Amino acid sequence: MDQFWNTIQADWPLILEKTGEHINLSLISVLIACVIAIPVGIVLTAYKRLANTVITTVSVIQTIPSLALFGFMIPILGIGTKPAIIALTLYALLPILQNTYVGISGVNPALIEAGTGMGMTRWQILWMVQLPIARSIIMAGVRLVAVQTISLATIATYIAAGGLGDIITRGISMINTTTILEGAVPVSLLVIIVNVLLLGLNRVLTPKGLRQHTKN
Amino acid sequence: MMSDHAAAVEFKQVSKNYGSGYVLQNFDLIIQSGKIVTIIGPSGCGKTTLLKMINRLIEPEDGTVLVEGKNVSGLDPVELRRDIGYVIQQIGLFPHMTIEQNISIVPRLKGEKKKALLARTEELLQLIGLSPEQFRSRYPHELSGGQQQRIGVARALAANPSIILMDEPFSALDPISRIQLQKELINLNERVKKTIVFVTHDIDEALKIADQIVLLKDGQIIQTGSPAELLDKPANDFVREFLGVERFNQYSI
Repeated sequence: MDQFWNTIQADWPLILEKTGEHINLSLISVLIACVIAIPVGIVLTAYKRLANTVITTVSVIQTIPSLALFGFMIPILGIGTKPAIIALTLYALLPILQNTYVGISGVNPALIEAGTGMGMTRWQILWMVQLPIARSIIMAGVRLVAVQTISLATIATYIAAGGLGDIITRGISMINTTTILEGAVPVSLLVIIVNVLLLGLNRVLTPKGLRQHTKN
Repeated sequence: MMSDHAAAVEFKQVSKNYGSGYVLQNFDLIIQSGKIVTIIGPSGCGKTTLLKMINRLIEPEDGTVLVEGKNVSGLDPVELRRDIGYVIQQIGLFPHMTIEQNISIVPRLKGEKKKALLARTEELLQLIGLSPEQFRSRYPHELSGGQQQRIGVARALAANPSIILMDEPFSALDPISRIQLQKELINLNERVKKTIVFVTHDIDEALKIADQIVLLKDGQIIQTGSPAELLDKPANDFVREFLGVERFNQYSI
C-alpha cells in the first residue's frame, strides 16, 4: 500500500501533465466536431434527400475500428497531435450531426408556419424557434460525444499524441497495475466530471416552458 | 363598384395551379375593410390558398393581389407579414417563450422598445379577458386550448395590424371553447375594427361571426353576401345544401 502511494506521489506531475494533454486533445476535437456537424445538420434539414446520404456516409466512419483509424492517419498526416485530433473529430461527427438533424426536423411545423406567417426571416426562425427547441437534443449528442472522445483519446498514444494513454500503455508494458490505474482513473474521472457539467449546463439553458414535458 | 379605398384586400384575375389542375382560376374578390369576412367551402375548394396569398405564403401564378391598394408582389414579404396578423389552427405558440414573449413577438421583430411592449402585452391580455398578472409569465403548456388560442389572437393583434388572417382558428377546440371564442371575436372586433379574413369549413361558425360570407367551390365563388342574404336567397341547390336544408325548413315556418 505504501508503495502504491509513493508511486502516485512520484508520478503526480506526470499525471497532471498527461491529464492536461488529454483534456486538450478531447476538447479541441469535440469543438471542431461541433463547429462542423451542427451547421451541416441544420443545412441538411432543408435538403432531406441529401441528408440520408450524408448521415450514412458519416456513420461509415463509426464502423472503422478506432485503433485502425488512428493507424490510417500515419501515412496521410504522420504522427502527433494533429492526426489524433482529426481522427477523434471524425468519430465525434455522427452523434452531433444526427442529433442536430433530428432535433431541428422534429420542431413542430406549425411553429415554423406561425413564425413565417408573422414575418420572421429564416434566420430568425432558426435562432428564435428551431435552435432553442432543439437545443437539448443537440446537447445530448454533444454530451455523448464528449464522453466517447475522452475515452477514445487514450488510444491517441499509439500515434504519439500524448494524453493519459501514455501512462496506461507504459503500465501495460511494465505489467504494473498501479501505473495502469494512474492513467485509467483520471480518464474515468474526466468522463464523469464532463458529463455532470454538460448535464447541468443543459438544465440551466433549457427554458422553463420546455422542462418536464416533451410536447411540440 | 366601391372605390379602392374601402377595399382591404382585392383579388384580380388570380390563378393558381398546384400541378393537378387549377385551384383558383381568374378569381376576383373584394374584401371590404373593417368587416369579418369568412371564406367557406368544402375541403380542397381553395380557401386556404386564397388566405395565404394575402400574406404571400403562397404566390399566385397569374393575376394580382392588392392589400390596401398595393400589389403584394411588389412588397417585401417579411415586412408585409409583420403588418398582417396571422392566426392558425394549430395555434403555434412558441413553447419555450412565456405568454408575454409570445404576444410581443411581432412588435419585437419590428424593433419596438421594451417598455412599450410591456404596456401593449398588458393591454392585449386584458382585451382578451386574461389577467396580465396571472398569465404574463406562464408558458403555453400551462394553458388550456381555448386560452392558448386567445393568446394566438392577442399575438396577431400585437403590432396593431389593420388586417388579420385566421385559418380555421377555432376548429381544433372543444365545442364550448369554440362557441365562446366566436362570441369574443365578434365583441372584440366591434372594439378594434379590423378586417378579419376567416377561413372555416364550419357553416355554423361562418353564419355566426361573418359580416360577409364567401362560399367557394372548386375555386369559384358560388355566392357571397351577408349571412342573412345567403339564407334569404340561396343562389342554388349547392348553397342550400351547404347551409343545411333543415335550416330552410326552420326559416320557412
